[in-house]
Amino acid sequence: MQAALGAPDPSGTRRPGLFGWLLMTPMLLWLFAFVVAPTLILLVYSFCERDDLGQVVYSFTWDNYRRIFFDSDTGEFGTTYFTVFVRSVIYAGLTTVICLVVGYPVAWSIGRAPESRRNLLLTLVMIPFWTSFLIRTYAWITILSTNGLLNSFLQYTKLIEEPFDMLYTPGAVVLGLVYSYLPFLILPVYGSVEKLDNSLVEAAFDLGAGPVRAFQKVIIPLTQPGIVAGVLLVFIPAIGMFAISQLMGGGTDPTIGEVIQNQFMQARDWPFGAALGMTLVVMFAGAFWFTSRRQAAVPG
Amino acid sequence: MGLVNLLCAGWSGLVFLFLYIPIVLLVVYSFNASDLISIWGGFSTEWYVKLWNNGPLIDATKNSLIIAAFTTVFSVILGTLGAWLLYRYKFPALRPLGTLIFIPMVIPEVIMGVSLLILFTVVSVPLNQWLATFTEAEFAQGFATIIIAHTTFCFPFVLVAVQARLTGVDPFLEEAAMDLGAPPLKAFWLVMVPYLLPAIVSGALMSFTLSMDEVIVTFFVTGPESQTLPLKIFGLAKKGLDPSLNAVSTVFVLATAILVVVADRVRKFKH
Repeated sequence: MQAALGAPDPSGTRRPGLFGWLLMTPMLLWLFAFVVAPTLILLVYSFCERDDLGQVVYSFTWDNYRRIFFDSDTGEFGTTYFTVFVRSVIYAGLTTVICLVVGYPVAWSIGRAPESRRNLLLTLVMIPFWTSFLIRTYAWITILSTNGLLNSFLQYTKLIEEPFDMLYTPGAVVLGLVYSYLPFLILPVYGSVEKLDNSLVEAAFDLGAGPVRAFQKVIIPLTQPGIVAGVLLVFIPAIGMFAISQLMGGGTDPTIGEVIQNQFMQARDWPFGAALGMTLVVMFAGAFWFTSRRQAAVPG
Repeated sequence: MGLVNLLCAGWSGLVFLFLYIPIVLLVVYSFNASDLISIWGGFSTEWYVKLWNNGPLIDATKNSLIIAAFTTVFSVILGTLGAWLLYRYKFPALRPLGTLIFIPMVIPEVIMGVSLLILFTVVSVPLNQWLATFTEAEFAQGFATIIIAHTTFCFPFVLVAVQARLTGVDPFLEEAAMDLGAPPLKAFWLVMVPYLLPAIVSGALMSFTLSMDEVIVTFFVTGPESQTLPLKIFGLAKKGLDPSLNAVSTVFVLATAILVVVADRVRKFKH
């Protein structure tokens, strides 16, 4: 999995020539047609207008972006859409932090386990990693819903008398996100822990560092590539995810993914949806740039 | 340090319980005789029988399998060839190209979904005008668009898996074959492909699983005739609790677990 987290590092020696270019053409065409072109069209759409019938009109306007940040009546900063962005960042950020705190010790244990047991433990993380998040979200719905397993268990044990609402709360959304993305953090961090040279940790102790100091000064910097990869792998999908927030949040406090989906499928305001999407893309590009710079600044 | 490791191990045990209890409950309650999820009414395979007779769900499963099969074939071809070419030749603008391959793996699915939706909508009008000049067939969102979308985010995973295996390869292996008179493609087919096979198979299994599970991108590029299993599950889960969903999920989890174990075995296979 570790290899899947860095950009591929191509390293050939020969010049491609006609033969090489010819074989490369399908992949290049594919990337241009289905990665570059759609992104450019999304960008163009975000500056377009919409007529009364919902058709897209090709004329340049900043209005879609203005609508995200500024109130259309008063012109003041701050809108419901901006709130949605903030809410999504908070959900995704909280999910990332919880995954890191919960998952790091697990990755550590697996990485330090004897080789014979390591494979079994890794497979145990891989199975939820590859199992559809939809199914794992549904599993939590059966547990948390008002007539679900947890409520009936609590009523059976007389801990509560009336079932209470656990599903369709912000807490449920974050729980669903953490549950879905925890393996995405454990696997890359494990990759770094496994490579960690034990003698460096021992050296820190021999030189008089306590566990906290050794963790802070030696273990964290050495496992940083895994941490960064894991954080990105959790944060990025978590922020755009609309299925979990729709299924477990009940739609009262939508996330940005839900709002984009709504603009495209129900409200049929594609230019505005495109502007929301582009804003999200810019946020990601920024996050990537920031983390790659930070990673470059750390020696080793 | 021993104490810290012990604490970590204990914590891991709790986390594994957290990861598996919901799945175990899902599986156990798929054998529940009661209509209500939360009340245990005895053991029964009723929901599996109902599942088998549920036409729309079986159709959706078939659709998903067809889409995943095509996606896997395209991804393996694009990914293996791409990894080999990047390993063999020095292409100009390598860094931007690497980033471009990396983008579909990390871009939020909702962005990929809506941008492909716009693309397919924009090209459909001129494409259909052009098609109408010589054929009855029409371009519409459906199987083809889903397969295109899935291949776009699956083939980079094959490429990366094959690339990882290529880094360990002896560059003289292929040279030797060509010195003995094999043309480059034949040398690739006879020497490289057998060596890369474990990576190709594990990449293929990865593509298959990713395609079978995908719901967000599919949601935007699907058509009326191409309902996939995850889309169907998403629709049902929105409505609320349903014991047949437990049964479908159990089958799905079991299939995934088998694929994961097989992929893992294949990946570790050494010549």
